Amino acid sequence: MEPLSWTGALGTFLNPAFGIAVICLLASAFIQMVLSFTASPMRMQSNADGTLVKRGGFLGMFEQTTQAALWAVILVILGYIAVGALMPYGQAGIIGAMSKQFFPVWILLTVMFVLSIAFKRHLGLYGKLFDSIVGMIGFGLVMFWVFTAILAGAFDMLATFDPLTQVSGLKNKTPGVTVPDGTVGSIPHYLLGGDNLARDIFSRMIHGSTIVVAIAPLATLFAFMVGITLGLPAGFYGGRLDTILSFLANLILAFPVILLFFLLVTPEIVNSPIPTVMAMVLFIFPLIFFAVLLNSRYHTQPAKRTPILVVVLGVLAWLYLSLISQEGTSVAFLPNWFDLFDINSGILVVFVSVVFVNSPTVYRIVRGLALDLRTRDYVAAAQTRGEGAWYVMLWEILPNARGPLIVDFCLRIGYTTILLGTLGFFGLGLPPESPDWGSTINEGRKLLLIFAHPALPPAIALLSLVLGLNLLADGLREESLKD
Amino acid sequence: MGLFILRRLGVMILTALCLTFVVFWLTNLTPNLEKLAKTQGNFRMSDEAVTSYLTNRGYKQSLPQKYGQWLGVLPGYVIEGSDGETRGRCVAFEQPIEEAPRFCGILQNEWGFSTVFKEDVSTIIAKRLALTGKLMFWVMMVMVPGALIIGVLAGMREGSGTDRSLSTVSIISTATPEYVSGVVFIAAFATPLFGMQYFKGTATAAMDDANFINFFLPVITIALYGMGYIARMTRASMTEVMTAQYIRTARLKGVNFRTIVLRHALRNALIAPFTVIMLQFPWLLNGVVIVETLFNYKGFGWTLFQAASNNDIELLLAVSVVSVFVVLVTQLISDIGYVFLNPRIRIS
Repeated sequence: MEPLSWTGALGTFLNPAFGIAVICLLASAFIQMVLSFTASPMRMQSNADGTLVKRGGFLGMFEQTTQAALWAVILVILGYIAVGALMPYGQAGIIGAMSKQFFPVWILLTVMFVLSIAFKRHLGLYGKLFDSIVGMIGFGLVMFWVFTAILAGAFDMLATFDPLTQVSGLKNKTPGVTVPDGTVGSIPHYLLGGDNLARDIFSRMIHGSTIVVAIAPLATLFAFMVGITLGLPAGFYGGRLDTILSFLANLILAFPVILLFFLLVTPEIVNSPIPTVMAMVLFIFPLIFFAVLLNSRYHTQPAKRTPILVVVLGVLAWLYLSLISQEGTSVAFLPNWFDLFDINSGILVVFVSVVFVNSPTVYRIVRGLALDLRTRDYVAAAQTRGEGAWYVMLWEILPNARGPLIVDFCLRIGYTTILLGTLGFFGLGLPPESPDWGSTINEGRKLLLIFAHPALPPAIALLSLVLGLNLLADGLREESLKD
Repeated sequence: MGLFILRRLGVMILTALCLTFVVFWLTNLTPNLEKLAKTQGNFRMSDEAVTSYLTNRGYKQSLPQKYGQWLGVLPGYVIEGSDGETRGRCVAFEQPIEEAPRFCGILQNEWGFSTVFKEDVSTIIAKRLALTGKLMFWVMMVMVPGALIIGVLAGMREGSGTDRSLSTVSIISTATPEYVSGVVFIAAFATPLFGMQYFKGTATAAMDDANFINFFLPVITIALYGMGYIARMTRASMTEVMTAQYIRTARLKGVNFRTIVLRHALRNALIAPFTVIMLQFPWLLNGVVIVETLFNYKGFGWTLFQAASNNDIELLLAVSVVSVFVVLVTQLISDIGYVFLNPRIRIS
């Protein structure tokens, strides 16, 4: 087999088109920006017959050119992906081959977008997301990685080689290199080249997404549980409780994150009981949250409340106990047949420290929202009805604070992804051969000045996921403000 | 105002004590001390040897005691060791015990001795902080004006094309952590990969002689991540000011747009970003550690990385104290500055 070039036969006519479109976009955007300081802005003028006319002059013309050029760029990129996926293997170069590998993801994305846009008026805030271009782009990027992670992690699809297998002779080889005969893999090329241990960079990037997509949202969710359970009473009651909790939150916030990681995520601490103790404290909050949530709602109907609470708390408590009970540590109290899963202690400490760092910020946000919302009329109405304090907090204030919280949740997943990458970048916590993006960037940076290609794919993957989350949050904020 | 500053100072000192105690506790955990004993003594020490090594050097005292001595509020230990030698915390090399001072903690400006660099911690910190100071100065020079200009331009006409494109730029910059942008910049501009090898990929030479070629990439890498956030805050503040009543009055009076932005809106719009810029310092420390490690610029962040990965307890403690101090002081400045700049807030 021949080594692959980047675009193959597709490039002969798409590459020049792409170049021209990008140059047009940059030039037009630059001119538009310069003009916007002097020229008058575009205005809509309504005519007597009820039509609208855009009056923009020069500035308006360039604004339209920019938009057209942007669409052209997007179209060409879509062309690379779509045509590449349909052309036979090897004809459309590396990009085409990658697009072919991602074929199941494209199908899932298309199905999801078509269904969502078709029913967007019945889907609440989620449906409104499809009114904003920014939100759609962000959602697309996020879902791309979510689908990739699920397909690669649960069904073992997409990846072309084993992420840990080393193939001799492919060390630091450039993208598109042919693998020697007899290598176990679904295609005869290393699409993005080999890293310094001769492993396939493309497959490592795919498998890395599973780790990131599994840990980041879950850690954020736990941080939200902690922040909400503590922030609501602090904001609602105020007083001494608020003072103490806020001091503690400020204490953690004043701790430089990187320093905390260096102190907390070390092999010595991993082997000490500290992570387990922190996990015991932090992971109890979902239990408290759900217990209070359900009890405050149904405490007037004991016949309904007791079974619900027993089932929900039973399941949660089982998960909680399996989570913190680790074989071979000081807290191995569950018998093996009852213990659902054991978490690698390195991953546990990473998880715990990320939750620990994130929860004070969530606490502050929730506290601020509760302080603001507790003066509303519906809170007074509920209190007059005789509802308890926790009912007011969890069933009146929390649902009304959901807008900012959902937006912050998206942003915070992105931030958590960055933190996980930072940990990987310093080689903390996760095992060194782990394919997660931070660790791969760390591996790649060591020889960056000689072989730059191993560090770039995970870097761009991480960037696109975080960018997607930020754009999604921006779109959600815009749409939720329109209410 | 004076009472407010005093109260803030009190909270700050309490926070500093709590945080340094946590750092002290984490660095003085038994496994860390055992590792220290083994790296300082030899790696094949028996458990008894490790215990006597630690006992002789005062590491087996209770935690509050050790913390007090390190802080300099308790007299340093004098222990007659199991090997017959008498050691004291405050005894300098070859100094008789009687002449040694009683107290020697950070309050007496005794920061200890680094086991990695074989040098006094205070000299190392001073030298490395100066280098990082140079880096931070240039980062600020790039980041603050850049962010303010982007934010003001985007915020002065909300919803315009300029606003949308600049907002997208700032979202992209907040989504790019330093280790991603640094790697991408090095790959693009310091290797022959794309044929644009304009800059140097390491900044080691910039420690003595910083110039555009070897210092631009680290500076822009740190600046970019913070820039987007400050720009978004500036934009939010600017759009809020531009919808204020007094701006509308000025526009109705016929004041031209440039004067409104520069004379009327800008001053009020810059109050919020000031706080944000000050609160960016703790995050900048993140960037400093990453970038200095990536570009091999041997400043404060690099020292933190070295101290943490080599279990250099005294150096790590000193680095932590300095960074906690920087964070708290910037918080204090931002609080006071906010009150000072914004006449609408009165602290009684």
